Amino acid sequence: MEATQKTMKVTVLRYRPEQDKEPWEQTFDVPYHKDTSVLEALFYIKDNFEPSLSFRWSCRMAVCGSCGMMVNGVPHLACKTFLRDYEGKDMKIEPLANFPIERDLVVDLSDLIEKIERIKPYIIPDAKNANMPLNKNFKQTPMQMEAYLQFAQCINCGCCYAACPQYKLNPKFIGPAALTLLYRYNVDNRDAGAKLRAPFLNSEEGAWSCTFVGYCSEVCPKHVDPSSAIQLGKKMSATDYVFNMIKPEH
Amino acid sequence: MEKYQFDVAIVGAGGTGLRAAIAVAQADPKLRVALISKVYPMRSHTVAAEGGAAGVVRDDDSYQKHFEDTVAGGDWLCEQDVVEKFVRQAPEELYQLEHWGCPWSRKPNGDVNVRRFGGMKVPRTWFAADKSGFHMLHTLYQTSVQFPSIQRFDEHFVLDLLEEDGECKGVVCYDLQNGAFRQINAKAVFLATGGAGRCYLFNTNGGIVTGDGMALAYRHGVPLRDMEFVQYHPTGLLGCGLLMTEGCRGEGGVLYNKDGYRYLQDYGLGPETPVGQPKNKYMELGPRDRLSQAFWNESKKGRTIKYPLGEAVHLDLTHLGEKYLHERLPLICELAMTYSGVDPVKAPVPVRPVVHYTMGGIETDGNTATRMPGLYAGGECASVGIHGANRLGSNSLVETIVFGKIGGDAMAERAHSLKDFDSPELARQAEAAQKRALDLFDVKGTESMSKIRHEMGQSMEEGVGIYREEESMKKTIETLKTLQNRIKNVGLTDRGRVFNTEWMNLIELGYTLDVAQCMVHSAINRKESRGSHQRLDGPDGAYKQRDDVNFLKHSLAFKQEGADEPRIELSPVKITTFQPAKRVYGAEAEAAEAAKKAKEAK
Repeated sequence: MEATQKTMKVTVLRYRPEQDKEPWEQTFDVPYHKDTSVLEALFYIKDNFEPSLSFRWSCRMAVCGSCGMMVNGVPHLACKTFLRDYEGKDMKIEPLANFPIERDLVVDLSDLIEKIERIKPYIIPDAKNANMPLNKNFKQTPMQMEAYLQFAQCINCGCCYAACPQYKLNPKFIGPAALTLLYRYNVDNRDAGAKLRAPFLNSEEGAWSCTFVGYCSEVCPKHVDPSSAIQLGKKMSATDYVFNMIKPEH
Repeated sequence: MEKYQFDVAIVGAGGTGLRAAIAVAQADPKLRVALISKVYPMRSHTVAAEGGAAGVVRDDDSYQKHFEDTVAGGDWLCEQDVVEKFVRQAPEELYQLEHWGCPWSRKPNGDVNVRRFGGMKVPRTWFAADKSGFHMLHTLYQTSVQFPSIQRFDEHFVLDLLEEDGECKGVVCYDLQNGAFRQINAKAVFLATGGAGRCYLFNTNGGIVTGDGMALAYRHGVPLRDMEFVQYHPTGLLGCGLLMTEGCRGEGGVLYNKDGYRYLQDYGLGPETPVGQPKNKYMELGPRDRLSQAFWNESKKGRTIKYPLGEAVHLDLTHLGEKYLHERLPLICELAMTYSGVDPVKAPVPVRPVVHYTMGGIETDGNTATRMPGLYAGGECASVGIHGANRLGSNSLVETIVFGKIGGDAMAERAHSLKDFDSPELARQAEAAQKRALDLFDVKGTESMSKIRHEMGQSMEEGVGIYREEESMKKTIETLKTLQNRIKNVGLTDRGRVFNTEWMNLIELGYTLDVAQCMVHSAINRKESRGSHQRLDGPDGAYKQRDDVNFLKHSLAFKQEGADEPRIELSPVKITTFQPAKRVYGAEAEAAEAAKKAKEAK
């Protein structure tokens, strides 16, 4: 800890469903140094001022995905965002946008979870590989892995949904993280389930809902680039469409 | 209170819990599985594991070698029959995860690649870059959603086990989102709640790693085994304690003291290996306990590097080059940059030992069954017997899936042999647990939870750290006793029921304190040095040595009714084929092996 500690005004959105009619703001003076993260600022507030403040967190290393929240209006992981980068400004911390607030900084993520689980996010092997013995692996060259690996890095933090203007307008939109996961499995050479996922990809709530704003990719703390996965998904979906026109299913 | 009827209830949805749930679902889709976790599955701390998972796959490797590395690495405190089973089942489970989509790093020909790890004779650690735990966890979670018989209770915090006629028959939990309580009856309950690194102040663990399952079992009379064996990982980031995986050294990273000297050669791990040519079981690829102990000794000699945040040594990866580092260790590069401001491509990373893993846990047999019928445990919260006095890196990730599977199969079998449990007694216990939790709101005390947590962590570092002495352990015992009283006087300010983390954290802290007590009492009772438990005291320093006559035994910590401290007993260790010998690494190991071969040849 440095000798000269600075202080920042940190405003936190509060909402306790059992007593508050609507969200309200509470401001604290938080001392910080060059390594203080937003998460640590919240620890400081909880330990010293307001033990009733609720927020999710666990790993502190940007991999568990618990602590997505809005910092000055932008979706961030609290553990990977530092007060030093807001020097000279005030800070406002709010729950992730576009999700219902459960309490304080905790949002209801059930819609995100349902969508992730809906799109069949698992390997669906073809018949000849369905019973591969447990002493051998699928062949997958580093190049084949590269086709999906970036899109397998999503930590389900929800930042991309908080950033997505389309999800805000139409909550039925399957959305960035789930569509990225769908694409990730479709292009895995171990998988043969693209046809089963096509209804989700091609549906009105699927890839075509995306207007390619690209803000999801900008805010993604893991550089997954969901926007590009969705555009690639559209390409896949279009091919599907044309293919089905010329060769109707038997 | 809402009541549910299940065949199997699994507490914890990390690697072990998810694997167990899938195993039950695959054994019989008619069996109803409750998968209960205080967080969403992908938040579980399995997610933070970096280096990889060990399983024999190369032609120059064998089960026998993995077995010997594990038992010697555990300083002969392993259950050898369980280790035999474990090493045989490991590759199968790793291939299973491959079939389910885990992106294990590959060789150019498309087969799975393996890397070197500490204490392992042959490279056998499967890895997904340096995000192995993350990929394993997400693969298991995503795979699990195709089984409709698994019903998840996300963000449900378990308050107690339900027990009748000496059998475990369910759990009672608090639903954070709805502020409600639920009674879940089940024919088998599986604890898969992870470790207890949060007993210590400086640790690599997430905030959720509070020893819940260990404390639940302990409070119901099931002993915690070998709790004195707490692993300090040798390379945590200075300040925050975040993990710099052993994979760094497996890939060729080296450790320097303040003189730029590779000090490990002074601690029985040499001779020095050339930079860029890592050699299994030499130098930086020695086991974790030895490396952490070497740091402590360097510190005593004044040869560590002083930073404002504390003492450190340098983990140097710069010779590996940007391309290789970004391919093999991308997360390490990101973490070091973000949390230390150091780019490992350009400069060495300041690191120091940090609490990482609990070798001990809930006593189970080789099939994950505890001594209480109906109660099972697996993964870090359990002591199934494979880690002994020191776990080898990459044995625990594979433990999660091997014993998740074994536990799931065992529970499916039990569920088939029993009818549903239900009785007024179970409901009464659930009501009582709810009342105990709610009574915490009536406490008007002024104690601070964060102070208690801090003092516990500090006291554990001082008393039960890398090296231990009677005097400092006694102090820790006293401190924890006081804290057990002080925690009863924490007054809650948050009166709400919905997502009340203050309330939940208080109950968690109670769990953690119980586990911490088991650790220090087991430690003070073990008057020898073995693996991660190293003492400096005893008559003429007698406890500095391993003492197989008196302590080639497990420690068992039992809850004592009416007393505020555990009772410690010893239990035998299962030795099948590998007789205890001196634990050696580096050139000494090679000499010992040559001597053994020469003897056999005669």
